[in-house]
Amino acid sequence: MSTKNKCPFGKRVLKLLKGIAGIFIKIWKHPRGRVGLIILLVLAFCAVFAPLITRYDPYDVTARCEKGLRPSWEHPLGTTISTGQDIFSMLIYGARVSLAVGCITGLCIACLGCLMGILAGYVGGWVDTLIMRIVDVMLVIPTLPLTIVLTNLFGKSYFMIVFIFTLFGWVGLARVVRSQVLVIKNSNYIKAAELAGAGTWRIMTRHILPGVSHLVIMSTCLTSAGIMVAEAGLSFLGLGDPTAISWGKMLAEVQSGGAMLFGYWWWIAAPGIGIFLAVFSLMRIGMALEEIFNPRMKRVSSGYKLFKSLNSSYIQEVFDSMNDEDRPETDPGREGGQA
Amino acid sequence: MSDKALVRVEHLNVFFPVRGGLPFEKKKQVEAVCDMTFEIRQGETFGLIGESGCGKTTLANAILGMRPPTSGKVFFKGQDLYALKGKDFKALRRDMQMIFQDPLSSLNPRFDVLDIISEPMQIRGGFSEEEMEARTVELLEMVGLSKEDLHRHPSDFSGGQRQRIGIARAISLHPAFLVCDEPVSALDVSVHAQILNLLMRLQKELGMTYLFISHNLAVVKSICSHMIVMYLGKAMEWGPTDKIYKNPVHPYTRALLDAVLDIDVDNKKEKKLIQGELPSPIDPPKGCRFCTRCEYATEKCRTEAPPTVKVEPGHYCACHFAEGCVSEA
Repeated sequence: MSTKNKCPFGKRVLKLLKGIAGIFIKIWKHPRGRVGLIILLVLAFCAVFAPLITRYDPYDVTARCEKGLRPSWEHPLGTTISTGQDIFSMLIYGARVSLAVGCITGLCIACLGCLMGILAGYVGGWVDTLIMRIVDVMLVIPTLPLTIVLTNLFGKSYFMIVFIFTLFGWVGLARVVRSQVLVIKNSNYIKAAELAGAGTWRIMTRHILPGVSHLVIMSTCLTSAGIMVAEAGLSFLGLGDPTAISWGKMLAEVQSGGAMLFGYWWWIAAPGIGIFLAVFSLMRIGMALEEIFNPRMKRVSSGYKLFKSLNSSYIQEVFDSMNDEDRPETDPGREGGQA
Repeated sequence: MSDKALVRVEHLNVFFPVRGGLPFEKKKQVEAVCDMTFEIRQGETFGLIGESGCGKTTLANAILGMRPPTSGKVFFKGQDLYALKGKDFKALRRDMQMIFQDPLSSLNPRFDVLDIISEPMQIRGGFSEEEMEARTVELLEMVGLSKEDLHRHPSDFSGGQRQRIGIARAISLHPAFLVCDEPVSALDVSVHAQILNLLMRLQKELGMTYLFISHNLAVVKSICSHMIVMYLGKAMEWGPTDKIYKNPVHPYTRALLDAVLDIDVDNKKEKKLIQGELPSPIDPPKGCRFCTRCEYATEKCRTEAPPTVKVEPGHYCACHFAEGCVSEA
């Protein structure tokens, strides 16, 4: 490109921001999406401004309170039996770790899956074969046992958890993106751009990426929710970062601290509700996006979708349904039993 | 019109390998384009006629450098297109553009008209934002759209208008050669004439050469100076359009001309329509490719490839019985 061609970078960024704002407005206008968006914004606000919301810093080892206090104005959710930390502050600070791990992993998966899917679909040939064979192999590896082994090998840190979940999470998205790219690739506007001399990079970023962006945005929401649950599970098993406070880790302490024994139900409920709200809001947003992008999905009951969402095959299902309009609706209860 | 050849195609073959089949079995292939030789002169409109699936679009793709041929050569402006690499190839190919059959799928639904039409300029570079916008407005007016359409999206337009946008994009960099791949067959009949008139006007104004692919004989008759009739990847009859229409020699050309609907009710001349389907190009008939559907086919047609027969000066035909027609004519 010659230097005379001023790249309107600022203009393009503005356009992108406008597009993102447009998506948020659409979610806001969607009745169920709005609920999810509000909950998520509240949680994000708590995570970002945690020190302003609570007086106690659960990470501060020198500032411990009396152990095993019941809820009071001083301690809205009491204190832990084992260490005397304020449970409400743990809940608020825990949002930081849980949301960050979920969203960062979701974004990493979106980037990697999108890149691999586009490369496989657009470049084709041996690149396609290589990537799709890797995907096939990755799909049959059981993730959880491997994650346990790898965290034991390379140390328990959130970086490791993000890394491992990304490593195994991109395959599903790559498959979906690839199939969409194959559709776009054959359209004539790609041919026209090639005729005009456009390079592979330009076609991938200007024509194909916008065409699959809705898939990627949606999958980011849904996988983020799934990763949050998975992170809680790992932390509960004692495989999370031992120095951090997350909702999963709180649940582990609930069990080891004997909350059940003393009847401290609020200690048990707090992290559970935190996880529930985070996952619920992301699911809501994901489903709203799905209905925005594919209005045909409205027929399927949301209970069915929720149960299916817990399966990783969910996104694949959504796009199968795009091709197959007359799919009979499945009984949500039965699906739930399987999930 | 000068006699200089802008595009010359020499013994062009495009075969696609067929996947599957047993191992060690002889690999099958689709003979999409088989031994095509012709030239398109500067400034003319060259017609390419044939049924669906006979290889018209594949041939166009091969000429445009989108589909490397199995063998044979394509010369554009005297240069061997497939001998060039990288930048030179792209620079030469930029002088060739294409208009597509389906105007909707040829426009990116996420782009507005400005983005669509200025894309070739963006890719070539060397234009500022303002220049591109000014040029786009100029192009829009050339194809009969207005400045107000600049920021609308393809879904806001009718089929004819979309095709106009496609034409504006194709001519934005002043190409010398334009391939029109059935540009009107997806449009309403009432719009056909408008688009064809637009194409003819632009050709006159910009001095472009057209390769006009169509299955509509009436259109080809009215705008093309030379034509070639294709069947199953092979040329059946070629030459100046008026000579072919006046004196069709190949049975396939005759059948095609007979198949044109006539409004003339009084003209009760007997029409011979071809029977059956196009045979599979994976295993084309030996000898003459039309022999399975030709009413005059003999044993010779089924075993021996027909020779090229010169019917009149410039008018050729690939048929065993064309010799007889020469004496008739």
